[in-house]
Amino acid sequence: MDEVFDVMIVGAGAAGLTAGIYASRAKLNTIILNEGAIGGQMVLTNEVANYPGVETTKGFVLASTMKKQAKDFGCKIKSNVKIDEYNLNGPIKTVRLTDGRTFSAKSVILAQGGRPRSLNISGEDEYKGTGISYCATCDGEFFTDKELIVVGGGNSALEEAVTLTKYATKVTVVHQFDHFQAFEHAIEEAKRNPKIDFIMESELRGFNGNGKLEKVSIEHLPSAKVTEKQVDGVFIFIGYLPNTETLKGVVQLNDKNEILVDADMRTNIPGVFAAGDCINKRYRQVTTAVSDGTIAALSAAEYLRTQS
Amino acid sequence: MKLLQTAVHEIETAAELEKIVNENENVMVCCGRMGPMCIPVYDVMEELEEERPNVKFYSMAFDSPEAAVIRNAPMCSSFMGLPFTVYYKNGKMVKATTSIQSREQITNILDEHLG
Repeated sequence: MDEVFDVMIVGAGAAGLTAGIYASRAKLNTIILNEGAIGGQMVLTNEVANYPGVETTKGFVLASTMKKQAKDFGCKIKSNVKIDEYNLNGPIKTVRLTDGRTFSAKSVILAQGGRPRSLNISGEDEYKGTGISYCATCDGEFFTDKELIVVGGGNSALEEAVTLTKYATKVTVVHQFDHFQAFEHAIEEAKRNPKIDFIMESELRGFNGNGKLEKVSIEHLPSAKVTEKQVDGVFIFIGYLPNTETLKGVVQLNDKNEILVDADMRTNIPGVFAAGDCINKRYRQVTTAVSDGTIAALSAAEYLRTQS
Repeated sequence: MKLLQTAVHEIETAAELEKIVNENENVMVCCGRMGPMCIPVYDVMEELEEERPNVKFYSMAFDSPEAAVIRNAPMCSSFMGLPFTVYYKNGKMVKATTSIQSREQITNILDEHLG
């Protein structure tokens, strides 16, 4: 039989790496399986200024330090893998990767995190990188003296719209509702900015261009009227989705597909815990993910003690 | 001077890039920054270095004046998203992509163009 780990962690964002640090430091034979980039959404954050005890740093630096800490304690990390099957019931839990490899452990911590939500409309894939972007810090300067659309109405959308006015001549925020979900200070700052205007109660319906993005179709929802707008670029900030598609029918999820856990990060399956942005909770910060990961690892250690 | 904190070897000059491209049959270069769209590509390349010995993997700092050879390449003329990732076969640029790419997208390009 293949090696059976004490703890198998799925995901290497802040929650998964923290769980890896705690579990491996507790001398538990631990492996992290990660589908995307190490650090998860931490690396999406250009600057982390409010992580206690750490002066302003880059998200990728924090992620890289956490990865090193986990590895130094003996945690194994396999990234860029894709899991297509979970068997989590019973004392030995197994996952199978799309390449056929299987990994087994006595306990599992699910920390898949989330990913930026996309619009899933025609042309979105085609113009990614040639007019459509999901990162103002990365790509803003390509749109110097250009006209932009920002899609979304939360904090990220309005804050990034303000950031993009450093480059663009005009930024139009398109939002599906008649009000914003962002904090009041973010709304005020965006409304005060003379380069920003707003199209409310509207959604994008398609992207068009010739080699690069040139125009978008926008539907005004109350009237169902669709208009076309010339634009050089579109930045999309419409929230995050939990990476739990492959967990449907495996663990208990809520109606938002978030994993249901109790205060000790226990799921409905004995020996299976969850942590970070994929669980049911309100606040999603690096600090809350670290807290979840800590609790999940300690709970897993406690579970293993009771099983031995 | 190296500007990227990645395990993928960083090319610092256009002359070095030219030499590498001319001396190796298959070369992949990710030209980017230490940002959220670029780091995942470096991570994939780091892993592929072990799995694909027939391909040489390099990074190059997008903001270096020396990277103009990639920034201004005809294949990258419409690009507006980091990183610019370019693929060379027998000294010629055969494929270029803009913005983040998944492991699957990268391996598909390697199979198709640098196989």
